[in-house]
Amino acid sequence: MTMTTTQSIIIIVCVVLGTMVTRFLPFLIFPEGKEPPEFILHLGKVLPYAVIGLLIIYCLKDVSTSGTYGLPEAIAILFIVFLHKWKKHTLLSIGGGTVLYMLLVQMVF
Amino acid sequence: MKKKAFKAALPHTLPICVGFLFLGVSYGFMMRSRGFSFVYPLFMSMFIFAGSMEFVTANLLLSAFNPLYAFLLALMVNARHLFYGISMLEKYKNTGFKKFYLIYGMCDETFSINCTVDPPEGVDRGWFMFFVTLLNQIYWVAGATAGALLGYVIHFDTTGIEFVMTALFVVMFINQWEEARDHRPALVGLGCSAICLLLFGSSYFIIPAMVSIILCFELQRRMEKRKETVKS
Repeated sequence: MTMTTTQSIIIIVCVVLGTMVTRFLPFLIFPEGKEPPEFILHLGKVLPYAVIGLLIIYCLKDVSTSGTYGLPEAIAILFIVFLHKWKKHTLLSIGGGTVLYMLLVQMVF
Repeated sequence: MKKKAFKAALPHTLPICVGFLFLGVSYGFMMRSRGFSFVYPLFMSMFIFAGSMEFVTANLLLSAFNPLYAFLLALMVNARHLFYGISMLEKYKNTGFKKFYLIYGMCDETFSINCTVDPPEGVDRGWFMFFVTLLNQIYWVAGATAGALLGYVIHFDTTGIEFVMTALFVVMFINQWEEARDHRPALVGLGCSAICLLLFGSSYFIIPAMVSIILCFELQRRMEKRKETVKS
């Protein structure tokens, strides 16, 4: 670990604050069921879809410098897509994809 | 009254229990294998209580110290809660002192139950929603802590276990893709982020990606509005 304990605690507190703002804000600014601005309503509808895309890219951000050209990641993701389309079982897809990735980076690459 | 509400809430949370224990254990185990004491997943699952963001926070803790970035990332990743909150304004009304906890513990799974399930006749809605929230949080915290503790006992080569986070998001992406009719939001998220990663590099791309995603959506909203006014 690169951070001191105090720094880690500050990071966690910031994440807690950010999360709590998103949970409490609607109840603070619309106490009596006042209609929120259209801009916010629209973001609430579309952001959930966009953020997952952002998070996937975030997970893969250091792939190009990892020395394997992203091959194990690509294979594991394709496998997850295939497994999920086939069995439609969320936990199986996550578990299967992770195990395959671990085998790939430990034994093949 | 409380007992009745608890009995009514429990069966609705059982499917969540299985999922949360599995994911929680993976999360705790991953934290331990990346060098964190079990105290980290315990407190993070208790206080952050937003699954995806907890995985991301593990990464934040292992990179350079940047609190503002952590705050903004949490806002963005959890922005969907704004929408949940807006949907629950009415339902959480008149729940008294429980309201604070109901809002605090409103994760995706809890929202999906509290938003769609009506408690049976004679069961107090406030306590019903309270127990749904509480039970789900207990499953998650227990899973995360148990996973980290397992990490002390079980030793095997855990290289690559952090991929559980990528796998989780890929599966969430597919699930969302299949339930949505409009795929543009998902593509905007993926596209803007990928372009910003190429332009700004892996250390700086997140904030430009967030800004460009929000700009795209605002632009799209205005264009659609204009189209509507032209039509009418």
